Amino acid sequence: MSQTMPEMLSDEERRALACVAGLMIPASAEYGVPGADDDAILADMVASLGRDGPAVRAALARLDALAGGRFAGLAAPERAAVAARLRAEGGPAVATLNRVVLQCYYRDDRVLASLGIEPRAPFPKGHALEQGDWSLLEPVRRRGKLWRDAP
Amino acid sequence: MADTVDVLIIGSGASGAAVAWSLAETKMRIVCLEQGDWMNPAEYPSTGRDWEARVHGDYATSPNIRARPTDYPINDDNSPIKVVNFNGVGGGTVMYTGHFPRLHPSDFRVRSLDGVADDWPVDYATLEPFFAENDRMMGVSGLAGDPAGPPRQPPMPPLPLGKTGTRWAQAMNTLGWHWWPSDTTLATQDYEGRARCINLGHCTPGCAQGAKASTDITYWPAAIRAGVELRTRCRVREITTNAEGMASGVVYYDAEGVERFQAAEVVILACNGVGTPRLLLNSASGRFPNGLANSSGLVGRNLMFHPYIQVYGYSDEPLDGNRGPPLCLWSKEFYETDPARDFVRGYMFQFNRGVGVINEAITSAADGRLPWGEDHHSAYRRLVHRRMSLSAVIEDLPEAHNRVTLDPVLKDGHGIPSPRIDYTVGENSRRMIAHGIARATEILHAAGAHDIGVQNPILYGGWHLLGTARMGTDPARSVVNEWGRSHDVRNLFIVDGSVFVTAGGVNPTSTIQALALYIADSMKRRLATLFD
Repeated sequence: MSQTMPEMLSDEERRALACVAGLMIPASAEYGVPGADDDAILADMVASLGRDGPAVRAALARLDALAGGRFAGLAAPERAAVAARLRAEGGPAVATLNRVVLQCYYRDDRVLASLGIEPRAPFPKGHALEQGDWSLLEPVRRRGKLWRDAP
Repeated sequence: MADTVDVLIIGSGASGAAVAWSLAETKMRIVCLEQGDWMNPAEYPSTGRDWEARVHGDYATSPNIRARPTDYPINDDNSPIKVVNFNGVGGGTVMYTGHFPRLHPSDFRVRSLDGVADDWPVDYATLEPFFAENDRMMGVSGLAGDPAGPPRQPPMPPLPLGKTGTRWAQAMNTLGWHWWPSDTTLATQDYEGRARCINLGHCTPGCAQGAKASTDITYWPAAIRAGVELRTRCRVREITTNAEGMASGVVYYDAEGVERFQAAEVVILACNGVGTPRLLLNSASGRFPNGLANSSGLVGRNLMFHPYIQVYGYSDEPLDGNRGPPLCLWSKEFYETDPARDFVRGYMFQFNRGVGVINEAITSAADGRLPWGEDHHSAYRRLVHRRMSLSAVIEDLPEAHNRVTLDPVLKDGHGIPSPRIDYTVGENSRRMIAHGIARATEILHAAGAHDIGVQNPILYGGWHLLGTARMGTDPARSVVNEWGRSHDVRNLFIVDGSVFVTAGGVNPTSTIQALALYIADSMKRRLATLFD
């Protein structure tokens, strides 16, 4: 990944990130996918935080503040309530946290496979795109000139 | 470096590359200074698994987010539309989507036809041969016969319709409204050393395949072979003038940050509608206290962005998503003025193909469509690869209070004052936007889409930077004359979107480049009397 930087989360922040990520996207047996708190997905988040690190840390700190202590130390129902409050508050830091979780979750091989998407970079294989039926243009061709002359 | 060159071009993007290539046949000594680097397509986002994430980082369209050392910050806090650009060899063409419509003939006669703004001092017929030459140099894919514009012959066939395009086309036929495959600079065949498009689906942040025509791979190789010198990592601070009030050269910082002076007989600005006024205003002197070439007071004024709106909905079945270029079709149904409407001028619809899986997730989460928790997965599967969106390119009229000035505080990495943007969406544009949202919603319904959403305006939608050093025959009401020469400084030329008198309602790159070729041709025809 191009934006890798040294890990910048403490163990406590990492636990909080795992908790909130798992609340955002839990594992699903129905769809056969891990949650966003999966070890490999979480490791991707931490390793690729880069310039998003400060905003994510701010969001995690806000979780602790809303929890009145350690967010990760709350019981599950209380964690869900605090996370919901954070989401409702919104703001740039929460948006960044959301994006970081989503962009790592939806590039995981298992998640992409569950969506029927080949887990790879677009280049060099590209994709196939059907040509379509250009006879659809016939009604447009019949309309005649649509632009104005400008003497 | 201090040896005087015949022509010094500042900026290597759409217009700088075109003017360099055109002037190269004169055998003059031509140097171009570019503040960015050469691009390496092997490093473009589509080569990696993090391809969607990088548009939020080193390939963000906003220079304030991207924040490369080669970028300069822009204070656009006082604008509902944020500036989008790229600094590198190829400039904005590295990070444009490659939509390539031309302005219409009526766009050059706005005052005469519609009673607003001003007529241009040039017309479509004058530019037509330069449009065609530029289509050949950039390599345009499209389809001849569009009844919504003057005849043209794109050298390559259009992009495929695909599933999404077919859905759009059927919807437009149901409504009886115009549509046509877009002219694009995405090569659909191998073309002049460029490989054909293989549907990477991620055109904007650089094309790893080289199918998209950015000027680093079109004009520049030809210009350099013809003898033009291109110096990268050279950021110009100011244009200097001599005792006669002529431009004498530029002061710039080289790759090592060393201050240099380059003397020149002719200076050509090609820095876009924000960079050019910034540089002119930063070139104020005792003789030109309000900035260079600014006796009219119009440098930086009349900024036009094209407020972009996007309306979107969701299909019941998967469409193309990101498995093809985002570009697809256009519609000029509402382009020309219609007296029955409550606004003058018009807009073009740009139909999009779809977005990637992460883009869908992030956008839908921000819109409140994608819940946290157990329902996340089922909700997401109703969204992914089902998005249909279309954008209206709204023509905003020139308004003097929409402007670029110098920020009193913000500076770039070399300590050069940054631009500040003050911009509001005008009343005519607001009416046009309302019309566009209503029509786009009708189109989406006709296409069977549901859960309609609107972005108005697209926040990071300031792709088109126009009008801030406009052309005209009256020195009191324009910055450059009808062939791009400054009224005030007779060896200073501007060839970028700054010179637009009005914006039209289409993506401007094709017209910017046609104007640059026309100005270069005008210079070549007047070489013996260029400064008269």
